[in-house]
Amino acid sequence: MYDVAIVGCGIIGAAAAYELSRYRLRTVVLEKRNDVCDATTKANSAIIHAGYDPEPGTLMAKLNVRGAELAQELCARLDVPYRRVGSLVLAFREEERPTLEALYRRGVRNGVKALSLLDASEAHAMEPGIAPDVAGALYAPGAAIVNPWEYGIALAETAVKNGTELRRSSEVLSIGRIDGGWRILTNRGSVDAGFVINAAGVSSDKVHNMVAAPDFTIRPIRGEYYLLDKSEGTRVSHVIFQCPTENGKGVLVSPTVHGNLIAGPNAQAVEDGGDVSNTAQGMEFVRRAALRSVPSISFRDNIRNFAGLRAACERDDFVIRAAAPGFLDLAGIKSPGLTAAPAVAEYALELLRGEGLKTEKKADWDGTRKKIRFRDLSAEEKNRLIRKNPAYGRVICRCETITEGEILDALHSPIPPRSIDGVKRRAGSGMGRCQGGFCGPRVLAILAREYHMAPEEIPQDNDGSWILSGETKRGGSADA
Amino acid sequence: MLDLIVIGGGPAGLAAACSAWEGGAKNIVIVERDRELGGILNQCIHNGFGLHYFQEELTGPEYAGRFIRMLKSTGVEVRLDTMVLDVTEEKEVHIVSAAEGYRVLRAKAVILAMGCRERARGAISIPGSRPAGIFTAGAAQRYVNIEGRMVGSRILILGSGDIGLIMARRMTLEGAKVLACVELMPYSGGLNRNIVQCLQDFGIPLYLSHTIVDIKGNARVEQVTIARVDARRKPIPGTEKIFNCDTVLLSVGLIPENELSKKAGIRLDRRTNGPVVCENMETSVPGIFACGNVVHVHDLVDFVTAESQRAGAAAAEYIARGERPGCDVLELTNGDGVAYTVPQRIRRSGVKKSAEVFFRVSRVCGRSTLCVRCGDGDIAEFKRDHLAPGEMEHIVLPKALLEKCGSGNLTISVKEVSHD
Repeated sequence: MYDVAIVGCGIIGAAAAYELSRYRLRTVVLEKRNDVCDATTKANSAIIHAGYDPEPGTLMAKLNVRGAELAQELCARLDVPYRRVGSLVLAFREEERPTLEALYRRGVRNGVKALSLLDASEAHAMEPGIAPDVAGALYAPGAAIVNPWEYGIALAETAVKNGTELRRSSEVLSIGRIDGGWRILTNRGSVDAGFVINAAGVSSDKVHNMVAAPDFTIRPIRGEYYLLDKSEGTRVSHVIFQCPTENGKGVLVSPTVHGNLIAGPNAQAVEDGGDVSNTAQGMEFVRRAALRSVPSISFRDNIRNFAGLRAACERDDFVIRAAAPGFLDLAGIKSPGLTAAPAVAEYALELLRGEGLKTEKKADWDGTRKKIRFRDLSAEEKNRLIRKNPAYGRVICRCETITEGEILDALHSPIPPRSIDGVKRRAGSGMGRCQGGFCGPRVLAILAREYHMAPEEIPQDNDGSWILSGETKRGGSADA
Repeated sequence: MLDLIVIGGGPAGLAAACSAWEGGAKNIVIVERDRELGGILNQCIHNGFGLHYFQEELTGPEYAGRFIRMLKSTGVEVRLDTMVLDVTEEKEVHIVSAAEGYRVLRAKAVILAMGCRERARGAISIPGSRPAGIFTAGAAQRYVNIEGRMVGSRILILGSGDIGLIMARRMTLEGAKVLACVELMPYSGGLNRNIVQCLQDFGIPLYLSHTIVDIKGNARVEQVTIARVDARRKPIPGTEKIFNCDTVLLSVGLIPENELSKKAGIRLDRRTNGPVVCENMETSVPGIFACGNVVHVHDLVDFVTAESQRAGAAAAEYIARGERPGCDVLELTNGDGVAYTVPQRIRRSGVKKSAEVFFRVSRVCGRSTLCVRCGDGDIAEFKRDHLAPGEMEHIVLPKALLEKCGSGNLTISVKEVSHD
């Protein structure tokens, strides 16, 4: 019997697992996909929000501000790319200035530090890339950009390193009460646990309904994005928002921690819970809105479109509470969920203690993680590394300068990737302008070689996403 | 200090290095990131290479093999499995390899011969889901021809570039069903001979003025919807056709690979996406030359070879005699119907007998006259029976003619005499 079972390993489940891994607890995490952080956590704006947006007094407001405080140190401890670049909310007309003032007041009430209102000339001086007709801006120096999936993976990896058990490709089918806890039935056997955390994201209503009366419904809202070449990465140096509307925070333009430029999202309610398709209309909307803020963006240098789902529900706040004795919902986590994640985990632990979970600190907990990034090393460090292991001298991904050594590091990490995209999310191969056209076959060959698998068995991403259908008439042999 | 560093060991780098050697440069290094020389030719196992240069029909590996043998008869040093991370204006080349680690090489001259890469899905923002099974044609070609693996059984090809056309035939020969080739433009971007030999001969339909408007599939491609486009290339509602398939191959253009050129501060041409070059393939940085697909995307490797030989010879001359004064420059500009020219600049002092100008037209034309204009007057005309963007054009301007025209711009334009 496990002490705690966590359903879902996106950023919320991963943060909860990380938090619990500090204590002498048997924890298991159940993830239906073949990798962690492979849904909403990998497809969002990649922003640590300052916290002026949520309504004061809500959980969203409290956990946003606390989460943003925690993120900087946590990312440093986990070696996750994080840059505090600050954000600007633009007003295009005088009529929008009251919106900025309202955001400012809200931010102050939420406890956001160092907010300031800029007039047109101050805004243009700070960010020359914005449209000439910007009438003013709200500046939040505390906003940051982050690599969201690496943040989540690092939390999950560190939890696993500290004894947490992770079961992937394990979909929860039903949950029933047993003596002293819960029995969770999955497609790969059952799991018994004293306490359950529901961190199932877009499916969190379904998981809730397995143990309690339905009282909320996830209505996913899809957001589409452009990711542009690094040649566009310096169009702006802050996160650029527009004034929010009832449809959300609107389209942003921002540099990414990888040096690219991101533009998006739109907001489209989707019927099918898993539909992350891009649409011609959605992409056109994002393109126009982004050019409204930053007119110089060259969309012909786009390298990828993607879309993600906000796990929104009909309530205006996160749904974080005990749904049944010893069963916690961490649901309805829309934006600022990525920012709030570590604070959500802190709060969840507090609630679990209230439910009766006994926690005793581990003496040997190691909450840190370290990663080699060849590209960022000095010439001397590069040479030292290659002398130690020549695999670091073999560049596999040319666009991003990712070496075989880094790919092997990923393969030997606490949560080894099972797919080409799993390697991409850890090592960064295929993230660049050719989008894996060159390195894809080489990464596939390394996976097949290291895992002693046939090339046909290596998926692009989730289970079933096969790449190769078999040998040609004369066959061949893959070598890395 | 080396005489010359050639970046890239594909057809351009091989020919350039051989010619530089013949021209008297002796201390030459080719840096190649793959494990063998030959570049993309190694996966082009079809024939049709060498008709111009060798007057015989070779496969890609055979064509590369001839130049690799030529190179072996020289003293050119080859560094395989070695990646160039940086090139500076001072001709320092930063390299990394498993064998040697991270090093900086210095040379009197550098030749950029990095080739090009394929445009991927993001470049054209194809709507729909993002399952596995969407490959650039070149990536699929590598799996099939080098790894001996199939990438699917029911294939739709978007774009009618040459690699896509070649792969339509290749996949068919390997037993896959190629359902259609879909081209956004009203004409193909590939060579006419490939349309005939790779599509028509196998009964594969070519849908011109069509594009993909939706891709369905959760884990793997399941269905693709195409539609006709209007004159502004926007899909026309009601013209959709649905294909059940598991694979999409993209052959939607090639982009010269110039990230290193940018680092070296070399001026690029937004039309070619390659360096602006002079008549001898010298870039805006003296002593750095460029040739092959890194300059502009060629249709035939034979022309890559010819261009690279010029670059190699010019680099050898530079090494022997140093910088050439850049005065007396004719700038080439695009007139009506011309998409780009290479070179973009001609230094008359550098022209020996004649200057060769390569270019592509921007639309399909029937019987046409190519006009070369300098100042107010036409200085030369060339007749063509047919012009298409998929086929590179080439004219020769004799030195005497260039001497005749004043200073300023040379404009090349197309006048269509009668439509096909």
